[in-house]
Amino acid sequence: MTGMALLLAFVTAFFIPGIIGAVKAKSCGRKAPSLIQPMFDIFRLLKKGSVYSNSTSFIFQIAPIVYFATIFLGLFFLPFGAEKGIFGFTSDFIFLAYLLAIGKFFMILSAIDTASPFEGMGANREAFYSMLIEPVFFTIMGSLALVAQPPSLGNLYANAGALSDTPYLSWMIIVFIIYILFNIALVENSRLPVDDPKTHLELTMVHEVMVLDNSGFDLGLIQAANALKFALYGGLIANFFLSPEFHLITNVAIFLGMGVLFAIAIGLSESFRARNKMKKNSLYIVLMFSLAVLIFFLILAMNSKFILT
Amino acid sequence: MWAFNNFYNESIIRSEYIPNMDVLMLQITLLLSLGILFIPKSMRYYFLLCLQLIVTFITSYWAFEAFASTESVVKVLNFQILGEYPTFVIDTLSAFFILTVNFTSLTSLLYSKGYLKPFLKEKGGLAIAWHYFNFFWLFVSMILVCMLREGLLFLVAWELMTVSSFMLVLFEFEKKAVIQAGIRYLIQMHIGVLLLIFGFLYVQFKTGAPIGFDSMEAYFQSFQAFPIFLVFFIGFGIKAGFIPLHTWLPSAHPAAPSHVSGLMSGVMIKMGIYGLLRTLTYIHSDLVTIGIFITLVSIVSGLLGVIYAIVQHDIKRLLAYHSIENIGIIGIGIGLGVIGLAIQNNVLAIMGFTGGILHVLNHSLFKSLLFYSAGSVYQKTHTKQIEHLGGVIKTMPYTALFFLLAALAICGLPPFNGFVSEFLIYAGAFGNLKTATFNFDFLFLGVILSLALIGGLAIFCFVKVFGIVFLGNARTKNISEAHEVSANMLMPKFLIGILIVAIGVAPILFVPYAVKAAGVFGDMGSLPAEIFTSLSWTGILSGILILMVLVIYGIKKIFQKNKVISHNTTWGCAYTGADAARHQYTATSFADNHLEFLKPLFSEKKKFEQFTEDEIFPSKREFSSHADDLFEEKLINAPTRFIEKLFSSENFLLQSAQLHHYVFYAISFFAIILILTLLKII
Repeated sequence: MTGMALLLAFVTAFFIPGIIGAVKAKSCGRKAPSLIQPMFDIFRLLKKGSVYSNSTSFIFQIAPIVYFATIFLGLFFLPFGAEKGIFGFTSDFIFLAYLLAIGKFFMILSAIDTASPFEGMGANREAFYSMLIEPVFFTIMGSLALVAQPPSLGNLYANAGALSDTPYLSWMIIVFIIYILFNIALVENSRLPVDDPKTHLELTMVHEVMVLDNSGFDLGLIQAANALKFALYGGLIANFFLSPEFHLITNVAIFLGMGVLFAIAIGLSESFRARNKMKKNSLYIVLMFSLAVLIFFLILAMNSKFILT
Repeated sequence: MWAFNNFYNESIIRSEYIPNMDVLMLQITLLLSLGILFIPKSMRYYFLLCLQLIVTFITSYWAFEAFASTESVVKVLNFQILGEYPTFVIDTLSAFFILTVNFTSLTSLLYSKGYLKPFLKEKGGLAIAWHYFNFFWLFVSMILVCMLREGLLFLVAWELMTVSSFMLVLFEFEKKAVIQAGIRYLIQMHIGVLLLIFGFLYVQFKTGAPIGFDSMEAYFQSFQAFPIFLVFFIGFGIKAGFIPLHTWLPSAHPAAPSHVSGLMSGVMIKMGIYGLLRTLTYIHSDLVTIGIFITLVSIVSGLLGVIYAIVQHDIKRLLAYHSIENIGIIGIGIGLGVIGLAIQNNVLAIMGFTGGILHVLNHSLFKSLLFYSAGSVYQKTHTKQIEHLGGVIKTMPYTALFFLLAALAICGLPPFNGFVSEFLIYAGAFGNLKTATFNFDFLFLGVILSLALIGGLAIFCFVKVFGIVFLGNARTKNISEAHEVSANMLMPKFLIGILIVAIGVAPILFVPYAVKAAGVFGDMGSLPAEIFTSLSWTGILSGILILMVLVIYGIKKIFQKNKVISHNTTWGCAYTGADAARHQYTATSFADNHLEFLKPLFSEKKKFEQFTEDEIFPSKREFSSHADDLFEEKLINAPTRFIEKLFSSENFLLQSAQLHHYVFYAISFFAIILILTLLKII
């Protein structure tokens, strides 16, 4: 069932934005909108006409398409437990990371293309934070690759249980890794505490201010891509809990359940947390980075590559 | 091409019996190059093109011959220098570099036709002829460097390369900055040559073998390798531009005309890499130290190169810093390769060397394309300052597209060539994490992280350059008056563009050559099969990505068929008084958070006048800030200032302008010699 992860990712992508919204509404005492309301919104946007700025060039028109296409293609790499995704080869996660970077590259350019000072600022922040978060992702992959050869996404998950000799120690590390992956997802999807999608002030935004000038089909595409991106990171986390020993239906249930949990976690963290000061953001990402390096050393220690005496 | 194997082998055997027509032809062509100074103005370009094509054809033929055979191709010249027949030795490593040099030199010459056109009127005929003459000899000397093994001749070719490129940099010699950059380049290159001469002489002194690369074999077998390697590393490294030996690069590249910058940055600095690789082929001991040393220096070069690039606002200076970054990436590959040799890990060795060597080609492609595109922008808008540009994509769409292509490639993004070489280095580091010992795991993590950071920073830098220069609204008037460059200048860019995409989409066709070139380090086998699978997958996926973009574009067209698509001004958050040009985000503000984050690495200068308390109605103020390379400031500028101060007439006797002081110095020199001899010190 190589296509299973892709299929399930679509299902989770369909509900994640709705669940986040519902959790946020509930926790502040509002009545929650329907779970698929965000999807209705996207569909409504897709059907609309567009307004393009006079300052823009064709870059602005193709950027949302490239952004969506890269994330869509990225989902094809998502493994299903130890089973590789539709595309899976040695060091495929490098391709995945760079693939997502193409989309970001074009989105940042499209923001500068509008010649708006606000969007330039958003573009700058997005570029800066993505640049900082990239090494964190690679450190996590490197940590998992310490016990997996040849390293590929499927193989990394297959060997995740072997991070240490004792299973509960492995799980301890995996919890750490999931914590960092969760934070990477927050940064990459521009959520709290790095960015607040619901703020009123453009000066304090990152991603939302970048897409101020996008409208209609383009905006719908960007929002759809964001939902898929959630599913991608949710899938990367869920994969740790799947096992080839479980029945297929159990695995599917775990995958979907983790997607829901992932969305609830984001909703809760957004409800009870304040946004960082802009200047704190880079330090926050550096903190994630140092945690990731710590994990790398922990795994080295557990595989007795260096002995703590 | 491999089908011709037998043919090539036969021709090698035959060449022992018949006189070498190819060598003879090469010699005649080189002699003919003098003619460029005498023939009519209008013919010069075509004359040079013919000569260069002949040389390109002959040497490329040799290169493919070397790729096809298992042994080095040897060509002996028909005349004697110092009582010996000079010999060309071409192995796969030389062949790879020769082909790289040939291609970029050709595109550079093609581009120069259009680029030099505005200069034809203002410059004298001889100045242009002299420029072309030096251009040809820079090209030839680079080829010679790749082919000569004998020490003296190698050094002559090396020096020829330096001098001719120096002449090329001085093209706009009436500008003071150009002269300064040229002199700085010349001096630093000669420090490098001095070290090389010292290295060669020391090796000869210790082994007694004739000066040259071949005597290194004997030396490195019986003596400790690292110290003398360090001498060669610095000698070659100054040419390559490893930090902290890089300070000539950011001043020389902007000073030179764009086709020369493309050639120098694209291939000439790679001769330093060639020399380094050639030296490494003879070293079989101390490899762990050397490998770690190269990797660490390269990581520093790669990171600092791009970190300094981001704060540059002269587009060519910025590109020059990116050359340093890419030399770092190449060096990381080579470092991993050496470590692989040291710990007898063939997979790591082959992947490191292949990645590094392939990146030499890749960088020569996208960097020359970037310089040519920047040159086109400069020619039409008359400015290299990023802050003065903007919206160029509307007036020069093709140039913009080529710049975008090269920018994507230099950031290492698929489906372009930069990704392939970086992928090989990444995969080499990732794939060996499990088997390596603790120390090397640590180093591999460093490699992975620095590559990831370099990639992220490069993206940060190139969205800045492309965004500010080509997108948005024009910041000054002459941009809207600019128009697309001639087909003459677009054609070479198109050639490079094709190769960039071809290597990215079909790496399988090109990687084997790099593997063969890496073969000079001993029999390490080929790349592991799964890496070839990965490479073909990346090619296929790149195709799928392009297809997907097209399909979604089609869907968009269908969705928007009967919808209203209107055009309006940019949404300014309800503020409508904005000046469309001046209220844009600038390059300085784009680089600001980066500058803030890495403050200790820059020497930042701010010029402004503080407000005073009693100033109720403040007068008009100006603010300017400038961030500079810390290494350049501390390593070159500060000592130079110190020496200048030391030798200035106020502080020291040395330049007293008094004749009797000078006579006294001469006498005291002899006196010191006498005393030292008496004391038997010398």
